[in-house]
Amino acid sequence: MSWVLALPIMIPFVTAVLAFLLRRSRMGDLASVGGSVASLVAAVVLIAEVLDQGVIAGQIGGWQAPFGITLVADHLSAAMVLITAIIGLSVAVWSLAEIGPTSARFGYHALFQSLLGGVTGAFLTGDLFNLYVWFEVLLISSFGLLVIGGRKSAIDGAVKYVTLNLIATVLFLAGAGLLYGATGTLNMADLRGAVAASPDQGLMTLIAMMLMVAFGMKAAVFPLFFWLPASYHTPHYAVSAVFAGLLTKVGVYALLRVFTLIFVGDLGYTHEILLWVSLLTMLTGVLGAAAQSDFRKILSFHIISQIGYMVLGLALMTPLAVMGAVFYLLHHIIVKTNLFLIAGVSQRLTGSSDLYAIGGLYRTAPLLAALFIIPAFSLAGFPPLSGFWAKFVIVRASLDLGEWLVAGVALLVGLLTIFSMTKIWAEAFWKAHPDGRQPALADLPRSARWQMMVPIIALAVMTVLIGAFPSAFLEFATKGAEQLLDPAAYVAAVLGEARR
Amino acid sequence: MNSLILSVGARFLTALFLLFSLFVLLRGHNSPGGGFIGGLIGAAGFVLYSFAAGVEAARQALRVDPRAIGVWGMAIAVLSGLASALASLDPFTGLWLILADLALSTVLVFDIGVYLAVFGAILTLVFALEETL
Repeated sequence: MSWVLALPIMIPFVTAVLAFLLRRSRMGDLASVGGSVASLVAAVVLIAEVLDQGVIAGQIGGWQAPFGITLVADHLSAAMVLITAIIGLSVAVWSLAEIGPTSARFGYHALFQSLLGGVTGAFLTGDLFNLYVWFEVLLISSFGLLVIGGRKSAIDGAVKYVTLNLIATVLFLAGAGLLYGATGTLNMADLRGAVAASPDQGLMTLIAMMLMVAFGMKAAVFPLFFWLPASYHTPHYAVSAVFAGLLTKVGVYALLRVFTLIFVGDLGYTHEILLWVSLLTMLTGVLGAAAQSDFRKILSFHIISQIGYMVLGLALMTPLAVMGAVFYLLHHIIVKTNLFLIAGVSQRLTGSSDLYAIGGLYRTAPLLAALFIIPAFSLAGFPPLSGFWAKFVIVRASLDLGEWLVAGVALLVGLLTIFSMTKIWAEAFWKAHPDGRQPALADLPRSARWQMMVPIIALAVMTVLIGAFPSAFLEFATKGAEQLLDPAAYVAAVLGEARR
Repeated sequence: MNSLILSVGARFLTALFLLFSLFVLLRGHNSPGGGFIGGLIGAAGFVLYSFAAGVEAARQALRVDPRAIGVWGMAIAVLSGLASALASLDPFTGLWLILADLALSTVLVFDIGVYLAVFGAILTLVFALEETL
């Protein structure tokens, strides 16, 4: 059992080592793609196991919970691992066309794979301190990826990113330390009981808030999001695509996990704050996007507003709302990564990411235009694409609670999202290129064309499939939400196995 | 930085840092310490040296590319975790080799891997930052 859980984490690190040793030749690129395929296989095995047996847990080093490090996979974790592997493979293939020998020699593929390993580790761990370690792994590898472009603006963005994220991790560490001092355990399943039984509930709420700030900063919620637009538009497109898809979602995942499993003692306080935070996140993100005119900056601000929807689902804390959050999380990763990949192709064809300096893609690259429409409209919540169902469930959940204001804001943000997407459409695709350039996919070398377009098409197909056959995915998300709201199976899988 | 005190002091301190980092690494099995903190302390030694003598001199003193150190560290750590598969145990389970008074284990190998990974990663970042800023 443990190996099924450990391999999705170990494969990326082995791949990272191989890719680094082979970085001077083309073999390094291939090692990265091959390793990503292996990760995908491991993730599929894991999710099959979870679908078959429910929550599964394994103990690293054979040390029993709650003393050792536990790896746990429930529906949410397994789905996140699978989607990480899908994004990892897509971007690894896409990178072949963008990442030149200079970045490859610097160790791009190794850093990329370590990042994927860190993300997977964060999704699978059942131990709060271990989660902190994965956050550090993420931080170090993402810092490397940010500076790999080597330009001055990249360093500037990276320093902001690292400084703010360091503050978040220090808060997280301090919170974990206090929690350990108060309860004597950091195993998340064990913490559920220990926190509930603690005589000092005020201290528990304080720790909850420290973790909320730490994870909130990682997830880029209001008012802690400003590092994201400062750093996401500077690195390679492949890097910002994988960041956009996965990095903030680790923060959202941590919030979802900790505020359903551990800190549920003072819902009126913690989740009320989450509710207001989520509304402000949605609004500021979408308004920030409206003021931008750079392809990637618009998309970066939209990450923030979309994060708001997921946190909103958690804040409402009903089965339907949490289900919406889980579904939103899964749909959003695919859509957002795809939009950044498309932005990368558009930059390559038109020579810029400044919307006022580019154009003409609709006439000369209709395939790219069609592929942009799918994730862009899905992001805005057009039926029948995946984003429609995600938004529908969240709005429905808030209406069920009689939260009219919340539902109104969610719908308004959806409308404003259409505004930004239309702006990109009108500027980059619809109008003619200001320099009279005729950007066409045929300009790309043959191999680059395949490497860039196949991942984009694959992700777009997934978006369409989720939208066309939502019931299977909604059912899966419902099961995931049930496990989050009633973690009896989670706790039993972790602590029960210890006694066996 | 042109400080006589720093450049004279750094030579001794770097050596001390390195020695202390090895002590912390080996002590880590049963007491506070271990590969992570050991690697940090060792890296701090070279960071201090690079402040005093410049990045170029620090790179020369290190002799090996810090990235390679980090990656080999990661490889050692992961391989030590895979070793328990041969004994069909859970991943990262410690395997022991007892030679009279000397107890060797894959746990120590893991810690050495972590030491090298942290040491290499920190120095890569710090050297890169010092060179670009």
